[in-house]
Amino acid sequence: MPAPKPRPALEALRAQVSRLEGQGRRRRGVLPFGMPEIDGRLPDGGLALGALHEVAGGGHDALNAAASGLFSAGIAARTRGKVLWIATRQDLYAPALQQVGLSARRTIYVAASSDVDVLACFEEALRRQGLGAVVAEVGRLSMTASRRLQLAAETSGALGIAIRRWRRQTDAADFGQPTASVTRWRVSVLPSVPLPVPGVGRSRWLLELIRARAGECADFEVEACDAKGRLAPCRLALPATLADRPDQEAAGHRRARA
Amino acid sequence: MLSVDLAARRLGLRPGTPVAKAQALHPDLLIMDADPDGDRAGLERLSLWFQHRIAPIVAPDPPDGIVLDTTGADHLHGGEAVMLENMVSRLKEAGITARAAIADTWGAAHALARYGRERITLVPPGETAAAITDLPIEALRLPADIIDGLHGLGVSRIGPLAGMPRAPLTLRFGPDVARRLDQAFGRQAEAIVPVRLQAPVQVSRNFAEPISAAETIARYITKLVPPLCAGLEEREQGVRRLDLLLHRVDSRTEAVRVATAMPVRDVRRLTRLLCDRIETIDPGFGIERMVLTASLAEPILHRQGVSALIEEEEADVSDLIDTLANRVGTQALYRFAPVESDVPERAVCRVPALAPEDGKEWPDHWPRPTRLLPRPEPIQTMAVLPDHPPIFFIWRGIRRRIRCADGPERVFGEWWKGDAELTTVRDYFRVEDTSGETFWVYRTGDGEHGETGSQGWFLHGLFE
Repeated sequence: MPAPKPRPALEALRAQVSRLEGQGRRRRGVLPFGMPEIDGRLPDGGLALGALHEVAGGGHDALNAAASGLFSAGIAARTRGKVLWIATRQDLYAPALQQVGLSARRTIYVAASSDVDVLACFEEALRRQGLGAVVAEVGRLSMTASRRLQLAAETSGALGIAIRRWRRQTDAADFGQPTASVTRWRVSVLPSVPLPVPGVGRSRWLLELIRARAGECADFEVEACDAKGRLAPCRLALPATLADRPDQEAAGHRRARA
Repeated sequence: MLSVDLAARRLGLRPGTPVAKAQALHPDLLIMDADPDGDRAGLERLSLWFQHRIAPIVAPDPPDGIVLDTTGADHLHGGEAVMLENMVSRLKEAGITARAAIADTWGAAHALARYGRERITLVPPGETAAAITDLPIEALRLPADIIDGLHGLGVSRIGPLAGMPRAPLTLRFGPDVARRLDQAFGRQAEAIVPVRLQAPVQVSRNFAEPISAAETIARYITKLVPPLCAGLEEREQGVRRLDLLLHRVDSRTEAVRVATAMPVRDVRRLTRLLCDRIETIDPGFGIERMVLTASLAEPILHRQGVSALIEEEEADVSDLIDTLANRVGTQALYRFAPVESDVPERAVCRVPALAPEDGKEWPDHWPRPTRLLPRPEPIQTMAVLPDHPPIFFIWRGIRRRIRCADGPERVFGEWWKGDAELTTVRDYFRVEDTSGETFWVYRTGDGEHGETGSQGWFLHGLFE
């Protein structure tokens, strides 16, 4: 954004506000999705580095975390450096992560025995500088725990992704509880792109940005990650390539406030 | 063949027989490659054990012996005969067939242990010369070409060789013959250069008053680690395993052990690793002595850093790995590495988190599911045989109609793994249901032949 004229008074006020917001919060840069539709909705034009982000699956995927896992892997694939993947149930299939660009050489898995261990390892890893991304699969995530994680991420500048994965469908209501994460995403599967021949086309996801700090909620229909972990806008389906519907957006607001 | 065991000796095999000939005679022979370095290392370890048990001056006598200076040590073990008997029987318990001899000189003992008639030979002081005159000249530790030359002269025993005039022998074979003879007969001294046990780096601290508070323990850990690191620096080593022993006033010992993935000599890191474990210590009535030992140390290899101008150096995360490993266990940290197998569950294996990279990747021609179930779950389906995907399937009580599908991808059993997989076949389909969820299902069998599998359907993985 080009600034027409330097305004010292305004700059001083901005500096004061940022000081009030907290000493540790420095500008860490962002990881853009490479889709203007999504990046335009996020503050600073991408997923903030040095912050905690939450991803959950919609419907059955809240339990299986297959789509949300692949979405997170796609984000992690676009970072630099090693990726730590912490989980209690280890059923990820590494060849699939390689297919979205997250090489097995970069990914270190941590098999924790309980959610408490997951959170402890998550925080420890987020404090450490030099990792590309830290992904953890957790069920319950309390306000306190998420604030600790967020503060840990702010100190190091690491990208933290909490995949919310529950053991029972009824527990998934937990996603309505507030946490300190910077963004919250819900990934639901949509029927894949129809092909002119028999077969399964590229998968499509409904990405719901349920909460974004200093940003607005939005829904996006995208095609699933490609071999480099990038999303793509849906080419057919709706006339407006982006399903930027006001009623859905209002629903998103309601959910975010819940 | 360099060496044969007792069973092979009974079959009539001797060292020196060509391997091909031995195999022709006995096809089921077990043949192992010679490992001279491993043998030498084993001898070193065994010498250290002897040094610990028998006498302080011990040295390996490659390729197959150990020499000990037992002067003044035999009476501690009940006399020379008992001591030798003891050593040989202990080695036998460990699976080593040994022969032993005691003589006035290294050379004589060497000769008698290898070429003596008895398994255990004792030569009283002063009778060495008589004991070795009858032995073959191979016992003299001479190079093979000199032995051949002496045989050419018609000399085969030590006695006649010792009686020959020295000057022509030295002129023809060099000084070795005379030197070895003198060493064997005790006319020339021969020193044993003993192996030296390198004690692990260890620092300790005694307390006048027992300590028990966690903060106090932490403070003394921070005081113990720097001298330990200084000791390691002198040896150019780093810690792989660190033991902290806390002796309590009630004579019990608490122990904390931390391990690292790479050799480490960083004071802060080691302090941190130890302090993380303080909560596992039960101080009881107090701790009066703390001992910190680098029980496993390895040399730190220095390497040149990557030039920042050309490529960015990847951050070193080994300290994080250590911290996490000490929390969840070393086994719980791993990477996946490719294995050349078409059977999906065999295509991945776990390797240590910091294992060297081999650059292999999985082939990329077929989509693979994000989540692979730990074991395939049976599903009920309706499908047209032999090669159509199911029309619907029921998994975990939910019926799903298939909207579209890809497949089959046929995976054959790995017949080299076992007879059970000789004919088995799996046909994998990627199916998408009406809601858009995508699954990886397979049928055991090719849909036509009963011997290829039960033709049952299983769900093996979940795409997005």
